[in-house]
Amino acid sequence: MNKESGNYIKKLALFRSFFISLLAIILALFISIFFVMWAKDFGFTASAKLLFTSIWKGSFGTKVNFIETLVFSTPLIFTGLAHSVAFKTGLFNIGVEGQFIMGSTVATLIGLIPGIPAPIHIPLTLGGGILAGMVWAGIPGYLKARVGTNEVVNTIMMNFIAMHLTNYLVMGPFHKPSSASTPLIQQSARLYRFLGSNNRLNVSLFIGLALAIVVYILLWKTTIGYEIRAVGLSPSSAEYGGINIKKNIILAMVISGAIAGMGGATHTMGVQLQSIQLFGFTNFGFDGIAVALVAKSNPIGVIFSAILFGALNYSSGTLMLYGIPKTIVYLIQGIIILFIAGEYMFRKIADRRKKGALVNE
Amino acid sequence: MANVVEMKGITKVFPGTVANDNVDFTLEKGEIHVLLGENGAGKTTLMNVLYGLYQPEAGEIYINDKKVEIKSPKDAISLGIGMVHQHFMLIHNFTIAENMVLGQEPKKGALSIDMEKAKKDTKELADKYGFNIDPDSVIDDITVGQQQKVEILKALYRGAEILILDEPTAVLTPQEIQDFGIILKNLVKEGKSIILITHKLKEVMSMSDRVTIIRRGKYIDTVKTKDTDIDGLAEMMVGRKVNLIVEKNKPKIGDVILKVENLKALDHRGLPALRGINFELKAGEILGIAGVDGNGQTELIETIVGLRKATEGKVYLKGEDITGKTTREITDAGVGHIPEDRQKRGLVLKYSLLENSILGIHHRAPYSKGIMMNYGKIREHVNNLIKNFDIRTPNEDVNASALSGGNQQKLIVAREIEKDPDMIIAAQPTRGLDVGAIEYIHKRLVAERDNGRAVLLVSLELDEVMALSDRIAVIYDGEIVDILDVKDATEQKLGILMAGGTLHKGEKGGKNNE
Repeated sequence: MNKESGNYIKKLALFRSFFISLLAIILALFISIFFVMWAKDFGFTASAKLLFTSIWKGSFGTKVNFIETLVFSTPLIFTGLAHSVAFKTGLFNIGVEGQFIMGSTVATLIGLIPGIPAPIHIPLTLGGGILAGMVWAGIPGYLKARVGTNEVVNTIMMNFIAMHLTNYLVMGPFHKPSSASTPLIQQSARLYRFLGSNNRLNVSLFIGLALAIVVYILLWKTTIGYEIRAVGLSPSSAEYGGINIKKNIILAMVISGAIAGMGGATHTMGVQLQSIQLFGFTNFGFDGIAVALVAKSNPIGVIFSAILFGALNYSSGTLMLYGIPKTIVYLIQGIIILFIAGEYMFRKIADRRKKGALVNE
Repeated sequence: MANVVEMKGITKVFPGTVANDNVDFTLEKGEIHVLLGENGAGKTTLMNVLYGLYQPEAGEIYINDKKVEIKSPKDAISLGIGMVHQHFMLIHNFTIAENMVLGQEPKKGALSIDMEKAKKDTKELADKYGFNIDPDSVIDDITVGQQQKVEILKALYRGAEILILDEPTAVLTPQEIQDFGIILKNLVKEGKSIILITHKLKEVMSMSDRVTIIRRGKYIDTVKTKDTDIDGLAEMMVGRKVNLIVEKNKPKIGDVILKVENLKALDHRGLPALRGINFELKAGEILGIAGVDGNGQTELIETIVGLRKATEGKVYLKGEDITGKTTREITDAGVGHIPEDRQKRGLVLKYSLLENSILGIHHRAPYSKGIMMNYGKIREHVNNLIKNFDIRTPNEDVNASALSGGNQQKLIVAREIEKDPDMIIAAQPTRGLDVGAIEYIHKRLVAERDNGRAVLLVSLELDEVMALSDRIAVIYDGEIVDILDVKDATEQKLGILMAGGTLHKGEKGGKNNE
């Protein structure tokens, strides 16, 4: 058999799918120039220059900004991976947000316990966050598998429960007086900040990078991944192949939730060091949807798209400094998603036309 | 005779394929003309062009020697062309008369439909062509054969002079096919011209006046039926000499492998589909299940392999009760299953051949150990399958969706045989395949029977069941009505059983007729 050409085809397909993501990003940046022109009354080149320099300065241009960009990107790696696993099973786990919140809240609670040595306290805290995410995703997963309720609706409801439960805990039993947060977690539960304690960047970045590789192996090199993807691509064929659909739906949700919960826990343990009253969602979970979409649910791609979204999010502050409304950033993100969604639609229609041509033959 | 239809140089291109390449076709007044070709040869495409469903890239169409442009089925109908599709387009909870007039309802006043006139018209038309139907019957309650008559009447009601019938016999029992032949003769007597799309050679010989053969989108020839024979037609259709007879030795029957006892199950709507099935299958034999589509075949297979729950009864494999076990447990107990829908069940189309080659056995050594897959071994395995079963593919990394139907089916057959099962369930193993692939899969199934495996063959093609089976069980309305030895089985006997009759009565009736 001609192995080279097979690998070539595979590479080409991979390249093509990333190329489309790249194209969407470039087009989105291009279109956003016009909005800057509109907002600032500048010419095209002046607007382009202003926009790109301020995004660059605000994200990678200075050492501090670069570090903070990575701080913002890290939780997106986790939530992007969480969405990727669910997408591969044909599920839409919009509850990554809630699972992330629960992960961080439970990590705070465990992190507050005094008198545990760090080698035990850190795994315990991390494990608690993972478990919280698993439970938060497992409930809608179980309901979907057993009763057939829609996971989108249930996970959205779980998001609100997570938010209000957190607020109850933060403002109630674990409230630090005259603040809107809990006390800081114990030193023994904190993740190592390798650039000094003033820089919020910590080892959770490396945990995220390692996790991306683990998820890649999980999806493509294990029987679990084989079954999960088969269920996502063709449930009836999976069923024929002796793959338990219900079990795999629950499993995929639980894995997705575990990753999200881990993201929440590491965010608490390395960056926030406490839980803060939530006036709305953290948006890490929701941004993860876009991260996974841009990465085409490829775990390694998630790393890069998480950094892109982290950079855009963080540079919004600098943008304001230069008098560009920070909503431009959300506009760019929105347009990227529109283009990528548009490509999905386009492919769907193309597929249907192809099928139509073969009907009745 | 005058040409009522003349199609010249029709070319129709779909992305990636040329479905019709410069095809000529003429239909004379009052003839039955068969359009013959394998699945995917472009017969239906050509007729869809004539019926206005597709616009050709090139070519001209003449109706009654006048050049026409047919842009939609509406144009076609106004030119007197009617088409009966393979899948009927009837509203199931409407009566025959209501279906007949749908879209052209006779009005009483401005708003209300004149149902009396609709019924009268239906009755008159039916009587004229000798159709025995009651205008008040609801479609759901009548047989498929009768539904087909309604479809033909619908076309006639809309003034069709030229009738296109797409694979009309696919859903009929042998007796219904005979009736259908008479209907065609009646229609021709009334001056209608008929185009029949089919790939069944026997029907071509018995029903048609002329045959046009299409192969891979190209026009091959038009011949008079009386000047040709089945072998000649097969050769033109496939492009080479084919062996239509399956050669097999006497079976070496072994132990009972599968025993099904009083098996009952529901269909997807929750209605009883199996009403107490009983049979035994032994090693070294092929048991064919014959029956008209929708009599419980699908549910029977699904229940045996654990995809559907039995409500009552037992299934034993090698004496062991496997009722209610999971599909994986049943597969592991020694069952190979070639499913009836290869694209929906048999393959994950967006998986590569590599990944598809282990569907159902991916949890077994040496393909995986613990949770880690061993892709080295899997690659060896798939390359063996490709080599031993002659699967035509550029390599093992392409998606299964890129293969032709025949090669997809070969991959499934290869995978299931290589599982080394005690029993192979083959459901519609050759549906939609070309003659070459059919030949191959038939040979392979017989070879597995000779290797001492038990083969359960479920097929809607009676010829296939009769050619391969050692014994034939006939299923009707969720019951096995009779099991015949292949020596005693004739098409007529099976036909009676398939229509729900009993052989006992049938034989009596037969004598009376003599």
